[in-house]
Amino acid sequence: MEWFDNNVFIEPFLNNEFLRYALAGGILVAITCAVAGTFVVLRGLAFVGDALAHGVLPGIATALLLGVSGIVGAAVGAVAMMGGVSLVTRRFRLSGDTAIGLLFVGMLALGVIITSRSDAFVGDLTRILFGELLGVSRSDLLSQLCALALVGLIAFIGRRPFLLLSVDEGLARTSGFSIRLFHNAMLTMVAITVVASFQTVGTLLVLGMLIAPAATGALFARRISSMMTIAALVGTLSTYIGLLLSYHFDIAAGATIVFTAVMFFALTAVLTEIRKALSKPSDGEHEHPHAHGRVHI
Amino acid sequence: MAALTAAVHSPISADHLCVGYGKRPVVEGVTLDMQPGELLVLIGTNGSGKSTLLKTLAGLIKPVHGDLHLLGEHAGQLPKRVGYLPQHPVSSHTLPLCVRDMVAMGRYAHLGLVKHASAHDREIVEESMVRVGIDAQAALPIRDLSGGQQQRTHLAQVLARQAEVLLLDEPTAGLDLNGRKLVADLVSAERARGVTVVMATHELSDAEQATSVMLLAQRVVSMGPPNVALRDEYLRECFGFTQPH
Repeated sequence: MEWFDNNVFIEPFLNNEFLRYALAGGILVAITCAVAGTFVVLRGLAFVGDALAHGVLPGIATALLLGVSGIVGAAVGAVAMMGGVSLVTRRFRLSGDTAIGLLFVGMLALGVIITSRSDAFVGDLTRILFGELLGVSRSDLLSQLCALALVGLIAFIGRRPFLLLSVDEGLARTSGFSIRLFHNAMLTMVAITVVASFQTVGTLLVLGMLIAPAATGALFARRISSMMTIAALVGTLSTYIGLLLSYHFDIAAGATIVFTAVMFFALTAVLTEIRKALSKPSDGEHEHPHAHGRVHI
Repeated sequence: MAALTAAVHSPISADHLCVGYGKRPVVEGVTLDMQPGELLVLIGTNGSGKSTLLKTLAGLIKPVHGDLHLLGEHAGQLPKRVGYLPQHPVSSHTLPLCVRDMVAMGRYAHLGLVKHASAHDREIVEESMVRVGIDAQAALPIRDLSGGQQQRTHLAQVLARQAEVLLLDEPTAGLDLNGRKLVADLVSAERARGVTVVMATHELSDAEQATSVMLLAQRVVSMGPPNVALRDEYLRECFGFTQPH
């Protein structure tokens, strides 16, 4: 196959170390986002994810101004954002989305104000918002790997209460799990994902990687584990395709990856609808589907 | 299914209990002393306080004041022994969960965070699905089911808890006649093995098998055996009409 001989698909990665690093970093982000994103989609936390993604901006900006690691600043920003949402919701009896919306724009504006004090304002802001995937280093990969391990651990330990919370908070509470503890654990998991991913896809685009692959999985998965696996595969494939397109057409890597992931969702949604339409006449399967398999508890 | 051993403490005891949200009372003066195998049916209009009382019994909201104990402990302290079926439990139609996994969530109170499900747990899940007649749909995603089938799935989930006290908030909602008979039979079967049941409903017919009925209208209008609690004067006071004779 001539097109394969040209090594259009592999050569860029063989010849460029920075692309191999970018691919490894992107895949780690994709898997981390798949794990956290599955619960974001199930629990309907997309807006919280969005707010966290933007809430870290002032922290990163301050860290960059002070010459400290951006990850440290992002972590401080995420903690401030989560604490703020919790405080406003409980103390002032405002709905969650109002509290999140207020803090979200407040933190975003503060981030831009701080960044505007920097001499390289536009460059810094662009880097924070859209990431610098092609500049991923070995130490970035290491922190990304640690983040993945931490997110995986939280998801594994909290999988049962997280699932119950996604169905009904009362069900979680009456099953013996603290709503506040596990809701905060879920937010922490999202915050770690956002903080660890900002270097690669940026704070603006990380939301796309959190939601699009997990939403694609939700369209046809019947199990949480399969939804997570599909999300990881879609994220990984999007990273590979996005990097390839970015290399060949000289376009922004992070944005292309996220756009590819969203296109995966759109394509899957259309195919799912077509499948549904085609399977309607023989819907009899619903009467006697069956019923094998093990209980996954 | 094995009968429960005799409980040391009363399954549900309440003394001058006031339930509500924060400091705002919804229903005051609830006094209960339920015994194993008894069924208390809560009847009232929307907003009469049925769900608030059930949520308080389940430990989801704190009593405004008064004493409340379930199996000798404060409400919400014994998740393995108290099962709660919320009203309209499915909050999202996007959940990628099959019926079997949804029912299996009923065992989470016993399994906690890390314990593996045993063959016995799996057996209980299968048996619960058979009891509510949803076993043929075990592998289907919950989002593909009708409202009635979803309600049966949630019933199976609460049965899988194998609790000593069941708190059911409108368990017959969305069910057809067969489904309602099924709920009545399930409640009878659970009571026969010593389970204490409190059930909120809009249907007066659900009260027929009750040990006692509590008629609510943001206060306790009447309480006692069905023939006493559902007297015409109480029904008129509560709903503005009486039962056709």
